[in-house]
Amino acid sequence: MRAPPEPAVVIQDLSRSFGPVKAVDRVTLSVAQREVFGLIGPDGAGKTTLLRMLAGILNPSGGRATVAGADVHAQPELLRRQIGYMPQSFSLYRDLTVRENLHFFAEIYQVPGGEMASRTERLLAFSRLGPFERSLAEHLSGGMRQKLALACTLIHEPRLLLLDEPTTGVDPVSRREFWSILYDLNRQGTTVLVATPYMDEADRCTRIGFMFGGRLLSVAPPAGMKVQMQGEVLEIVAEPRRRALAVARGLEVVRTGSIFGDTLHLTVPDAASAEPQVRAALERAGIPVRSLRVAPASLEDVFIALMGQAAR
Amino acid sequence: MALGALSTSGEAAVVARGLTKRFGDLVAVDGIDLDIRRGEVFGFLGPNGAGKTTTIRMLCGIMDATAGEARVLGFDVRSQREPLKARIGYMSQRASLYADLTVVEQLDFYARVYGLDARTRQEKVGGWIESSGLAGRERDMVATLSGGWRQRLALGCAIMHHPDLLLLDEPTSGVDPLSRRQFWDLIYRFADEGTTVMVTTHYMDEAEHCDRLAFIYGGRIVAEGAPEEIKRAHLPGDLLAVTAPEWMRALEASRALPYVRDAALYGTTLHLLVADAETAVPALARDLAAAGVRVDSIAPIVPTLEDIFVTLTGDIPGGGPDG
Repeated sequence: MRAPPEPAVVIQDLSRSFGPVKAVDRVTLSVAQREVFGLIGPDGAGKTTLLRMLAGILNPSGGRATVAGADVHAQPELLRRQIGYMPQSFSLYRDLTVRENLHFFAEIYQVPGGEMASRTERLLAFSRLGPFERSLAEHLSGGMRQKLALACTLIHEPRLLLLDEPTTGVDPVSRREFWSILYDLNRQGTTVLVATPYMDEADRCTRIGFMFGGRLLSVAPPAGMKVQMQGEVLEIVAEPRRRALAVARGLEVVRTGSIFGDTLHLTVPDAASAEPQVRAALERAGIPVRSLRVAPASLEDVFIALMGQAAR
Repeated sequence: MALGALSTSGEAAVVARGLTKRFGDLVAVDGIDLDIRRGEVFGFLGPNGAGKTTTIRMLCGIMDATAGEARVLGFDVRSQREPLKARIGYMSQRASLYADLTVVEQLDFYARVYGLDARTRQEKVGGWIESSGLAGRERDMVATLSGGWRQRLALGCAIMHHPDLLLLDEPTSGVDPLSRRQFWDLIYRFADEGTTVMVTTHYMDEAEHCDRLAFIYGGRIVAEGAPEEIKRAHLPGDLLAVTAPEWMRALEASRALPYVRDAALYGTTLHLLVADAETAVPALARDLAAAGVRVDSIAPIVPTLEDIFVTLTGDIPGGGPDG
């Protein structure tokens, strides 16, 4: 029998302080090979700092981490060859073409000359940037620029990808396309660690880690994350929506209320007892209720609830 | 149509006719018409590079149109820039904040730019810090603020002079879900006070919050109306939601079926566009089973705006060059 493969990422008590601020506070985590692991959490939770330490560009203040077999502190050269890191603002050269950018990164990563041509062709095809190979990077749309940044991140064929909000500011269609490229890579064996503010993206990860105030508070598959939410979600269709929301928020039984697409989502401790109260309050206010049901919690509901629980 | 005739209407916050912007050979905005009523929350949607930012810049009077006309709050964007600027608030994608100022200094700076006197400045700055939840962070340097706080500060800077029209260009891009909701609460508050809001976003759930929407694609308006109207008018077929434990395999198998016009993932749920739900449901159950894909449920659903977005703009993934 073969031994189970080593985890792709092993993090132990990893910390980083900036003066008095603990940006990352004793994070321990193990990510298996071929996982797509999502990092979520509010702005300023420490996701970027964590990824930067794993990429070896920021030294930890404490603890240790091994990424794709390389110690992030002691083996920076090995680490650099094994991983691809795409920061939030990836530095493409605006005055170079798509193809020239790929060549530039190939040289930085010392891709052997004989392989450069074939890898460039493969990445152009893979990222669907072939038709734009002669466009200057500065003329690309946001979605195409992110795809080029990803292609540049892949030029040295890393085993593991660290992606920091790679689809921020990208339209829904391009976002989908970016993820389908990630799945292709993942199927070919690449491990992915990705920070994202999009809950629909987090829903597609094998596991999710929720960070808050530098701590990794919870790690679970998306479905497991939803189980951790305390309380239930009432989904209401009532117009005018904004007024209905104001009325609902005024009720003691309603913990949080927000507009969710074309419905209202209210989190309540217990749906059965809250439902008649909510219905009565809306009707008293003269707002007709078109539908009211207990809805499965979305990851976004869970996110809001976890933040509330963490802040308490 | 001549704009002179439209300028008398007190109800319109924005009226544009044939508004066009060319950059060399590239037509970034291609003869669009817009009508935004006063007090409306108007969503302006489209893929990257569709022309959203260029349109907003023309409406603010910070970029000249190549052709066409626009009147914003009754002012001609070309000839009446100065009075226009005094009445609008603009928050760009990369709001220009000064990293080395504190929160209070930043707000005060913008209040001075808009020529507010000392007392009004103090009131406005204090009022915004209170209502936006920035209290406790007054002395924080802008450089140390996280995304959500920075956006709230940027919005504050844009409203110091109490504008009648707010133009927000992707104000919630990259902001976490809770901060997004709080940001929208602020937007509603302005709308309830009578401010007209024009906002671009890539979050389709936010688009559902708008009173009316316009989709721009390739520099042209391809759909316009209330979210409900757009959903009714622009989906060519019925929509089914399919849940399956192995959703990637289910997606691939669905795409191979001739009667599935489009297949896309929402989280881990598949949305399939078909000509007729009634015949497609049993056919799908049969064909996916035959392909060895286990399915938990297949059900007709009401389309979301994201479905519409994909339908309207899905034929060129990645979009065109930035406009």
